[in-house]
Amino acid sequence: MSPTEVPPAASASGVPADPVLSVEGLRKSFGGNQVLTSIDLSVQTGGVLALIGPSGSGKTTVLRCLNGLEIPDGGRVAFAGGPAVDFGSPVGRKQISELRDRSAMVFQHYNLFPHMTVLQNIIEGPVQVQKRPRAEAVPEAMSLLERVGLTGKEDQYPHQLSGGQQQRVGIVRALALKPSLLLFDEPTSALDPELVGDVLHVIKELADEGWTMALVTHELAFAREVASEVVFMDGGVVVERGHPDQVLREPQEERTRQFVHRLLNPF
Amino acid sequence: MNIDWELLRSSFWPIVQGGLTGTIPLSLASFAIGLVLALLLALMRISGNRILAGAARAYISVIRGTPLLVQLFVIFYGLPSIGVVLEPWPSAIIAFSMNVGGYAAEVIRAAILSVPKGQWEAGHTIGMARTTTLRRIVLPQAARVSVPPLSNTFISLVKDTSLASLILVTEAFRVAQEIAAFSQEFLLLYMEAAVVYWVFCLVLSAGQTRLEKRLDRYVAH
Repeated sequence: MSPTEVPPAASASGVPADPVLSVEGLRKSFGGNQVLTSIDLSVQTGGVLALIGPSGSGKTTVLRCLNGLEIPDGGRVAFAGGPAVDFGSPVGRKQISELRDRSAMVFQHYNLFPHMTVLQNIIEGPVQVQKRPRAEAVPEAMSLLERVGLTGKEDQYPHQLSGGQQQRVGIVRALALKPSLLLFDEPTSALDPELVGDVLHVIKELADEGWTMALVTHELAFAREVASEVVFMDGGVVVERGHPDQVLREPQEERTRQFVHRLLNPF
Repeated sequence: MNIDWELLRSSFWPIVQGGLTGTIPLSLASFAIGLVLALLLALMRISGNRILAGAARAYISVIRGTPLLVQLFVIFYGLPSIGVVLEPWPSAIIAFSMNVGGYAAEVIRAAILSVPKGQWEAGHTIGMARTTTLRRIVLPQAARVSVPPLSNTFISLVKDTSLASLILVTEAFRVAQEIAAFSQEFLLLYMEAAVVYWVFCLVLSAGQTRLEKRLDRYVAH
């Protein structure tokens, strides 16, 4: 999608016509430290939500709450077609697991399983959790590997791959689950600069293919390129949101302006 | 000093046989049962349940804080006073298993905790429940970490089983003792027994090295 095509979801009304995910009033604190204060978000089908903001702003926590890796203190997370989980009251394991079934996470540090080959890493979820036949999961994994340029790496162990290759395996592992929503937590932050491009390229292709995703990133140029909506967070609240061209080029809020300026002019 | 070569030769096989039919099976059985117990205790410790964790901690404290010989005597000579009479072999297996359980529990617990939190999270994010993540993701990685310390536990156990001679189990050392008492050649027989234990342990160490190599295949060097 070129930056000039403004998707309807990013309009000022803020409520997309067809949200895959909607989040209302998400709250989370660690100890006495309020990390998230009433976050509202939604991601429309095929949309790409980019969460940006300084470290400690809570953006990663938002992502982790969506996947049940953190349990919010309050608020509501709802996927189209269910589940809808209200964290205002105690939440059971079953609800968390239903939430997880809808999304898949790509981690900053890949978190591949070191004792499994690339192929085993990818089919572990489909075969062990989703109980799909191996005969179906393996060819799927192979074609996904081909798509990210890793043909021939299926029998290698993660430590035999470069960081960029490992992260692409991480992405394929997430894709193999066929989630409604892909979550990327700073997917290129741990990579050497020359490896960042390959990974971003894969994510861009997925976005172009219509995968719905939410991504935490410091790559503003990339966010402007792929995102349908950019959300700027600071201090656990959403400071500004909108189309990337607007938020990243003509931010309305002073905090956003400062943040974008600092990232674009580090010296 | 005169070495009675004939006695050395004729006693060698009986001692080795005592090792093969006493020491080794006793060690293997106790280690296997002990490991199961240890895993259970380790999981109790990290369960987050205060009662389970407390019970496991108390057990480990008692086992590690009391001599193995005393544990052995309590079971074999002590329990009959309250009507629990056990044969030498079951007594020995129970005592050694319980002992291994206490020591190995801490090894396994540390190994499980050494697996990065991100591995648990990766398991959860592909939809695995806690137990599946533990079984498929965490324990295989913990196993690799715990092989060297558990091998030490096993080698210690092999040597400790000589204590079973004191509760009438026929193992390598007891055979040596009997021949020594009969021939009055104490130094010779006890040195011979020592050599037999040493050879057993050399073989086990070689096995440990091979196992470590095998488990290391997925780790960067």
